[in-house]
Amino acid sequence: MTDTGNKPVSIALTNCSKTFPDGTRALEPLDLAIHAGETVVFLGPSGCGKTTTLRIIAGLEEPDAGGKVLFDGVDVTHLPIEQRNVGMVFQSYALFPNMTVAGNIGYGLKIRKVPDAQIKARVSEMLAMMQITRLADRRIDQLSGGQRQRVALARAIAVRPRALLLDEPLTALDAKLRDTLRLEIDSLLRSLGITAIYVTHDQAEAMALGDRIVVMEHGRVAQIGKPREIYQRPATRFVAEFIGTMNRLTGSVSNGTFTCKAGGIAWPEAPSSATEILFRPEDIRVVESGEATGLKGTVAAAFFLGDRTRLFVDVGEAQPLVIESTARRDFSHGDRVGLAIDPRGLLVL
Amino acid sequence: MRHETRRLILLLLPAGIVFAAFFLLPMARLFFIGGSGKTGWAAYAAILTDSLYLDSLLSTMAVAAATTAATLVISGISGVFLQRHKFPGNALLVSMLTFPLAFPGVVIGFMVIMLAGRQGLIGQVTQALTGEKLVFAYTIAGLFMGYVYFSIPRTILTVMAAAEKLDPKLEEAARSLGASPWRVLLDVIIPGLKPAFISAGAICFATAVGAFGTAFTLAAKINVLPMVIYTEFTLSANIAMAAALSFVLGIVTWLVLAVARTAAGSSVAAAG
Repeated sequence: MTDTGNKPVSIALTNCSKTFPDGTRALEPLDLAIHAGETVVFLGPSGCGKTTTLRIIAGLEEPDAGGKVLFDGVDVTHLPIEQRNVGMVFQSYALFPNMTVAGNIGYGLKIRKVPDAQIKARVSEMLAMMQITRLADRRIDQLSGGQRQRVALARAIAVRPRALLLDEPLTALDAKLRDTLRLEIDSLLRSLGITAIYVTHDQAEAMALGDRIVVMEHGRVAQIGKPREIYQRPATRFVAEFIGTMNRLTGSVSNGTFTCKAGGIAWPEAPSSATEILFRPEDIRVVESGEATGLKGTVAAAFFLGDRTRLFVDVGEAQPLVIESTARRDFSHGDRVGLAIDPRGLLVL
Repeated sequence: MRHETRRLILLLLPAGIVFAAFFLLPMARLFFIGGSGKTGWAAYAAILTDSLYLDSLLSTMAVAAATTAATLVISGISGVFLQRHKFPGNALLVSMLTFPLAFPGVVIGFMVIMLAGRQGLIGQVTQALTGEKLVFAYTIAGLFMGYVYFSIPRTILTVMAAAEKLDPKLEEAARSLGASPWRVLLDVIIPGLKPAFISAGAICFATAVGAFGTAFTLAAKINVLPMVIYTEFTLSANIAMAAALSFVLGIVTWLVLAVARTAAGSSVAAAG
């Protein structure tokens, strides 16, 4: 199962920008180093340049003059995709409709003139690995979306590529299937130990799969880091707000206290220039009655989710605060609540 | 239930009437006229035994097949190119390529003569270059050229429409698996265009079999079946033979197309 044949490759981009013939700048000059065997997720809204970057790595696009793509230190900038030995998985599956499932999976090996017996063995191995052995002789139009993406993965891996490139592979699937396949892809990438690049606009997918996440915005890298770093220490407001939920309070700092409309927060390390603080829903809680508190708000909406209650609390700001409460308490609209914020979760950007 | 049946019969009626009036009855009549001549039913046998008829039947099929093959190659390459590469004048070029649709066969024949006839352009150029005049307008090659010329507009639009529906991701997937441009053509583009090739090719073949005007204009040494039918009908007044030949021409064309469709059928179905 761990057999990819080829040693995982390290990939480096230096000064890679991309301008399309119509003058659109899809990608600003970019430098990026991807370690061998690592799973890197390119995350961002549509039009942020993540797919363009993937296509430059794949060899489907060439960077503007001056840009370089290196595989294990070797310049492959002008090497077309068919000579780079990379596996690709597309959102639209892109399976060959004129071939069976087995024909699709064995295609890359047939191109490489591998003897028939070996192709057959490798195809059965792939079918078993993706748990689709019974579909071997089916036509593509007889498969469901989830089955098609399994075939596409098997087809890409069968040739033992040096890197696996996945372009929004789960976007076309329904939510439940997406979760199942995400788990499968995760364990697949771990067991193969292959260098993988995964493009998505779904932050939950990015957090779950990526060893590192490259957050992109307007053709630029906004931040590169481990999922935890990106979430807890976002470098820009864009990253902070694109990933997860962010609460925001405006006010001013004096004597180690941040004061806003709803009250004051004791924060000894507060930078004196801060006029806005950001924090995650898990860093704020509703205090028990009787507990001392500096912040007060009014419940604008409460949604009981079973294990917790999601509260929207009005504190006189443009946006209500989002709070996840696990208290065994029945909140209702208009309740006055005391709030406490963990200063360790406070960010100034 | 009975009501439903009556409704279906009613809906079938227009097609049934047209089929009977314009196809079944004339074909049946043609078939019987074919057997009503001096030689009786032997007229049908003559098509296979008389070398004049058999040769003309075979050369008609050969020219039509060659025309279809050449047209599909040319339309396939140009159609995919014009669909993929938009350049200034692209739309104009496409509409120019479909221009010959309106020309009667006589005009096409005339154009072939102007190009490859005794005073034609090709003749003048070859004479200047080699001292010998190349003239082929009045041979089967001239006929072939004229047929290809009027077949291209009939196929190129179909091919372009099909090329537009080809998923570029399929080609990228094939390339990522190591396929050269040539393999991409064989494994992705041609299978993707196959249904269009079959339907356009069928029309192309049938039109080439029945084309008369071009052959008539280029007359000289060409002996395609529509010309033979014309000669039997008007000059020899051998109406029975003309009818027999017409009937066989229709049946053979239909058979060739049916066989081609069946042969391609399984893979077309697989292409979904």
